[in-house]
Amino acid sequence: MSGRGLIHAARVLPLSGKLGLALVSFWIVIALIGPLIAPYSPGAFVSQEVFAGASSRFWFGSDFLGRDVLSRLLVGARFTVGLSAVAVTLASVTGTGLALTAAVGPRWLDELLSRTMDTLISIPSKIFALVLVAAFGSSLLLLTLIVSITYVPGNFRIARSLAVGLNQLDYVEVARARGEGRLHLALVEMLPNMIRPLFADIGLRFVFIVLLLSGLSFLGLGLQPPHADLGSLVRENVSGLGESALAILVPAVAIASLTVGANLLIDAATQGKAR
Amino acid sequence: MSAVATTSRWGGPARLIVKRIGLAFVTLLLVSAVIFTISGLLPGDAAQEVLGQSATPAQVAALRHEMGLDQPGPVRYFRWLGGIVTGNPGQSMVANKPVADIISERLPNTLTLAALTTFVAVPFAFLIGISSAVARGRKLDRWLNVLTLSMVALPEFLVATIAVLIFAVQLLWLPSIALVPEDPTPLQFVRVYAMPVIVLGVGVIAQLGRMIRAAIIAELDRPYVEMARLKGVLPTRLIFRHVLPNAIGPIVNAMALSLSYLFGGAIIVETIFSYPGLASLMVNAVTSRDMPLLQACAMIFCAAYLLLVLIADTVAILANPRLRHG
Repeated sequence: MSGRGLIHAARVLPLSGKLGLALVSFWIVIALIGPLIAPYSPGAFVSQEVFAGASSRFWFGSDFLGRDVLSRLLVGARFTVGLSAVAVTLASVTGTGLALTAAVGPRWLDELLSRTMDTLISIPSKIFALVLVAAFGSSLLLLTLIVSITYVPGNFRIARSLAVGLNQLDYVEVARARGEGRLHLALVEMLPNMIRPLFADIGLRFVFIVLLLSGLSFLGLGLQPPHADLGSLVRENVSGLGESALAILVPAVAIASLTVGANLLIDAATQGKAR
Repeated sequence: MSAVATTSRWGGPARLIVKRIGLAFVTLLLVSAVIFTISGLLPGDAAQEVLGQSATPAQVAALRHEMGLDQPGPVRYFRWLGGIVTGNPGQSMVANKPVADIISERLPNTLTLAALTTFVAVPFAFLIGISSAVARGRKLDRWLNVLTLSMVALPEFLVATIAVLIFAVQLLWLPSIALVPEDPTPLQFVRVYAMPVIVLGVGVIAQLGRMIRAAIIAELDRPYVEMARLKGVLPTRLIFRHVLPNAIGPIVNAMALSLSYLFGGAIIVETIFSYPGLASLMVNAVTSRDMPLLQACAMIFCAAYLLLVLIADTVAILANPRLRHG
């Protein structure tokens, strides 16, 4: 799609879709430049008062140790958005790669992969993630791997059904008759026609991953200190709940604005296509 | 579904359902292998972990032997699986009590929470689903669509935080910790469960409401609805007498599937409200790396999930006339 095509697509979105697009773009920008525009160092104790309210010095108040909530939010957003983006990319590349392998590979390989994924998909994702975290721990790298492994089976299932459908079309038959290799069939003939339908799935999976990562961090099982994503920020300030501290509300609302925004955008974009 | 159903009429679906049940058992068996393999891959040694760093190698070796850790993997797996099947999934390493005892204490609490949430969420889901299906494409439908889309994407801890701020901190109506007293009065019961049920319900209502809308809309496009409209059936009667009975298959299917969402939600909700259920138990097991307890909890959640999917499949088979008569 050309740049002008994208602008047009954004213009015809319904209001909810535009709101979603605005929220998602906002968080992408924050993830990119957040740490640069943070007024204080995220670890610095800058306020005498803990759980202070909003002020001109501290827009979102201070946290349970007197650190600046805005600065911690700007840095935490990079972890939430960045880790989720990396995890969803890993999950989709792995899932779709395996799906294409299953579609063009020998019959037994397809059976093996499909049965394995059917088994994994029968484990609820949060339960699966908890078992993996218990077994392997949750360093930055492991956490990203764990979350993406959790969402590989779902992507595999959708990508495989797309690939199997394409595999039966004439143009793939022609390519096969032409003597093209399996790699060519998968990557040149089939993959380009799967990308668009896969985008909606990838978007939804991104939402699930953001929720799973923040949920794990909220439970204290996700990102470990000194790193903190938005879920960790909610967790560490839970003691401020009794005083209605901004420090707990702001990061929780931040996560919601990202996930709700992404959900609205995906819904509007996919409905537009169907109409 | 008439009373004169003969064996030949039910042969098709019965065989299909038996096949599904068999498939579910095979899947559960494979799932158990996956869970055991992952949680058995511990980088540390469970015996070492229990005894701490100061233990002598001899002590560790003795405990390893006692725990059966010196046996080869497949032997341990089948011993563990046998334990699960016979209701004795081992000894909790941290609590030093049989896992079965701890779980039987906690499981009823989670089931109560799930049942209450279902009971509260289903009417709201029907209200949302029916209203938006009837107003399809109009303003109300579009607003409800945005509302449910947002509710699905809200993190449970945000809903919980807001609920606590409103009901516990500002209004002082409800306790922020869900400890059920012994022999609760009805009022105490409601006060304890109100917030966990609301928070869990948000996601279920939204998800189920969307699926009910889809199921009703699929029926509204059928010719018999057009016919009923033409002969002057009132809209309410059309929905309740004509459409809903026909859509009940997909709706029950949707209910079973959206209930599986409860488990994921319960993990956060039980933890936030310090509710003594199975999900918070599992989180504790992860934190304390109590593997026998963790494995047993994971198996219960997976079995419950597979059971719900099985129910959903069975209802779908029974509700599909082509399969029913097939």
